[in-house]
Amino acid sequence: MPALSGGQHKSAWSPGFWAAFVICAMVLVLAVPLLNSWVPKDSSAALPDYLVPLLGKYLCYALLALSLDLIWGYAGILSLGHGAFFALGGYCMGMYLMRQIGTRGVYGNPLLPDFMVFLNWKELPWFWWGFDHFAYAAAMVVLVPGLLALVFGWLAFRSRVTGVYLSIITQAMTYALMLAFFRNDMGFGGNNGMTDYKDILGWDVHQPSTRLGLYIASVMALGLGYICCRFITTSKLGRVLLALRDAEGRLRFLGYSVTNAKLLVFTVSAVLAGIAGALYVPQVGIINPSEFSPGNSIEIAIWVSVGGRGTLVGAIVGAVLVNSAKTWLTGAAPETWLFVLGALFVVTTLVFPRGIVGLLRRPIRIRAQAAAPVPAGEQA
Amino acid sequence: MRVRLVGLAAILFVLLAASGAAKADDFAVLVGSLAGDSFVEKEKAVGALGALGDPRAIPVLQALTDERLFKSSDGRVVISVTDGGTARVRDAVTGDEIAGVDPNSLGRIIVNNRLRGAIEGALGALTLFSADPAARLTAAQDALRHPSAAEAALLEKAIAAERDPEIRAAMQQSLAAARLMSGSKEERLAAIRALGTTTDPQIKNLLDEFRAAPDTDPELKQVADAALASIGNRLRLVGVAANLFQGISLGSVLLLAAIGLAITFGVMGVINMAHGEMIMLGAYTAYVCQQLFRAFLPTDWIDAYLPVAVPVAFLFAGAVGVALERSVIRFLYGRPLETLLATWGVSLILQQAVRSIFGSPNKEVSNPSWMTGGFDPIGGFTVTWNRLYIIFFCFIVLGGLALILNRTRFGLHMRAVTQNRPMASVMGIRTARVDALTFGLGSGIAGMAGVALSQVGNVSPNLGSIYIVDSFLVVVFGGVGNLMGTLVGALSLGIVNKFLEPVAGAILGKIVVLVAIILFIQRRPRGLFALKGRTAEAEA
Repeated sequence: MPALSGGQHKSAWSPGFWAAFVICAMVLVLAVPLLNSWVPKDSSAALPDYLVPLLGKYLCYALLALSLDLIWGYAGILSLGHGAFFALGGYCMGMYLMRQIGTRGVYGNPLLPDFMVFLNWKELPWFWWGFDHFAYAAAMVVLVPGLLALVFGWLAFRSRVTGVYLSIITQAMTYALMLAFFRNDMGFGGNNGMTDYKDILGWDVHQPSTRLGLYIASVMALGLGYICCRFITTSKLGRVLLALRDAEGRLRFLGYSVTNAKLLVFTVSAVLAGIAGALYVPQVGIINPSEFSPGNSIEIAIWVSVGGRGTLVGAIVGAVLVNSAKTWLTGAAPETWLFVLGALFVVTTLVFPRGIVGLLRRPIRIRAQAAAPVPAGEQA
Repeated sequence: MRVRLVGLAAILFVLLAASGAAKADDFAVLVGSLAGDSFVEKEKAVGALGALGDPRAIPVLQALTDERLFKSSDGRVVISVTDGGTARVRDAVTGDEIAGVDPNSLGRIIVNNRLRGAIEGALGALTLFSADPAARLTAAQDALRHPSAAEAALLEKAIAAERDPEIRAAMQQSLAAARLMSGSKEERLAAIRALGTTTDPQIKNLLDEFRAAPDTDPELKQVADAALASIGNRLRLVGVAANLFQGISLGSVLLLAAIGLAITFGVMGVINMAHGEMIMLGAYTAYVCQQLFRAFLPTDWIDAYLPVAVPVAFLFAGAVGVALERSVIRFLYGRPLETLLATWGVSLILQQAVRSIFGSPNKEVSNPSWMTGGFDPIGGFTVTWNRLYIIFFCFIVLGGLALILNRTRFGLHMRAVTQNRPMASVMGIRTARVDALTFGLGSGIAGMAGVALSQVGNVSPNLGSIYIVDSFLVVVFGGVGNLMGTLVGALSLGIVNKFLEPVAGAILGKIVVLVAIILFIQRRPRGLFALKGRTAEAEA
């Protein structure tokens, strides 16, 4: 779609950008603790405790949406399996949190999590080794989704599986993982997943102060993720990605290694999704296999679409807006939520393909669109 | 000559009458001795009645155990039957009603627990001679559980009287089992040979026991080994056949779900994520048809709801498809990823709409009577009618679709538009109309698939989402734009799945298949039956 924005801006790293970025980050980091802890509880401006992890959850979703925008908005790869990377990151964190429970579980087993005792397991499976150390778990949060993306992407991009076919096999991947994680004998808690966490790095996960800490960590992860994505998209690689999105065949004939470019960006995106999942789990307090369901992964695409594809900021805006609407509507009128979500899918693709941020930037883009030739790859 | 013939006939007649009389006499005597005072005598009479194999003994013994058997003042044995509040009395031997008997003059024939046990055994044996074929069949199969010499004698008698080949076969099998345990060496040999041709696990256990018994003749042991090996082979064959049937059945379900997609995705290149919901709408159409038939038509018409539901579902889902194409999809041609998202949204709306109207719990759609039950082709597994009908139905749909595509004007237009839209338009084909109708056709087929699926699974608002991933995989695996590929893809996925299930378990088997497909698509990104040349490039 030539109408989509993206690409190199001369002002990508201008002082103006940095100023805006730092202000946004400071507002997010400072406003919530201020309103939550320092404003008196009975004041109308006070932020109730339960909202802090909710906001943190939105930020995790925003990071997830950002990771999808990087590959979909810029490289044109619509992964319908990004929920899988998110969930894998979440499971790595969940495993660490389960090991931290120690003897405080229902069965009081110092080594085995409750569900393993319940299933009559005698010893810790090898893939659980090391998860009692935070550093190891953190490394796994990055490595597991990253490696899966690397292997899967290498197989797919090498044999030039593109477009819809790629979407379908990524969907099959997350579906297969969902089925696998639903099995009790996989050793990941089966359909109940993992919950009842106690501590993270020694702090009680239920304490408001820990939750604030997790929220701030989410803001920082989102900020770093944004800088990372912006760095990629404004670099030379970013230009290659755009070219790849608009005319993959042409780029290949020009001598670029399309496979490597896609693989790199796909892996980075998966790692970001994994980090988002790892931050998400301690804030919502549970991880279970339904996070792998194909529907969840498609929903991420609509967050990006609503905010605006290929804009990065749009992904963040879209994720926060759609999820706030979801929280509000599923509480106020649960029946209507799926109608609204469905309508969002239809209306954004039909009427607002550039999303909110795209609409705001419209005046500049129209001229660019008129000048751009219709790329070959976009013809049916 | 004539005199001689008449004489012969007369002799025959006398002989027949005599044998009948002798039998009747035995029965009458035995019934008479039931009225005696000694429990030992009664027990003997009960056992003899059981061994007699006369179905007339059944009501008598039943009456005896229910304490409805009486001795009348004139020495006859009678049964008292309470019919609508008035007590009637019948003669136990002839079964004729006796009028004007004073109930107070009757003496109850007393039974004890030991006698009750004997009666139960005799009744069990007599069921082999019951007038009800189903009861006879059950009795013949039950006889397998207590093989003995007495049982063998009874079974021989029953086989001689039996006319139904199926029951006869069951009786012969039980007879062989009884002989195996009690007969002479020759009889045992013959019995083992006869038993070697079955697949019944009970008989396999029986033979195993026989073989393992320490006092078994070595020669018999050898024969038993051979018979066991042959049963083992047969069981393996049955296992393969059962897996094959179930695989084809699953394949046909996948195929039905995927055929419509082969049109919308395969021919038109539209990623319709709401395809599963078209299936779901079809299933709900079947449900609504059933409810309407139940509410407004005579009860014996209910079986006709299914043939009515098929075209109705086709039209309804087809109409929804046309509406969807006209309102959403036509604006998105050439933008497959956007189509995917928009149709996903439509699928959410349809799901929620159905959930709001019908509620989320599963709806019950019953099989018409001609689709219930099944039959056993080689012994050991059952081919159910509903699955068999679905297999046929799916091939009819596939064949019909192939005919429409290749032999009708509409099919020609359809192919023309998909191959070269501007040229088709120049030739006077109304491309927009063809697009809408093609999409309607694909959706309509999905609707019919939904009717079929309602016969084998649950009808719930998320019925479609169960099949959506699978049906896309079938189409992609088989090769886009190719009905043959869809057929081969669906059947091979179904069969592989079912053969993996016993080895790896249902879920793991499915995961293995999914991973295999993902890897397969890497090798052949355009499926099994890939289009070649320029068309293939245009498809991308």
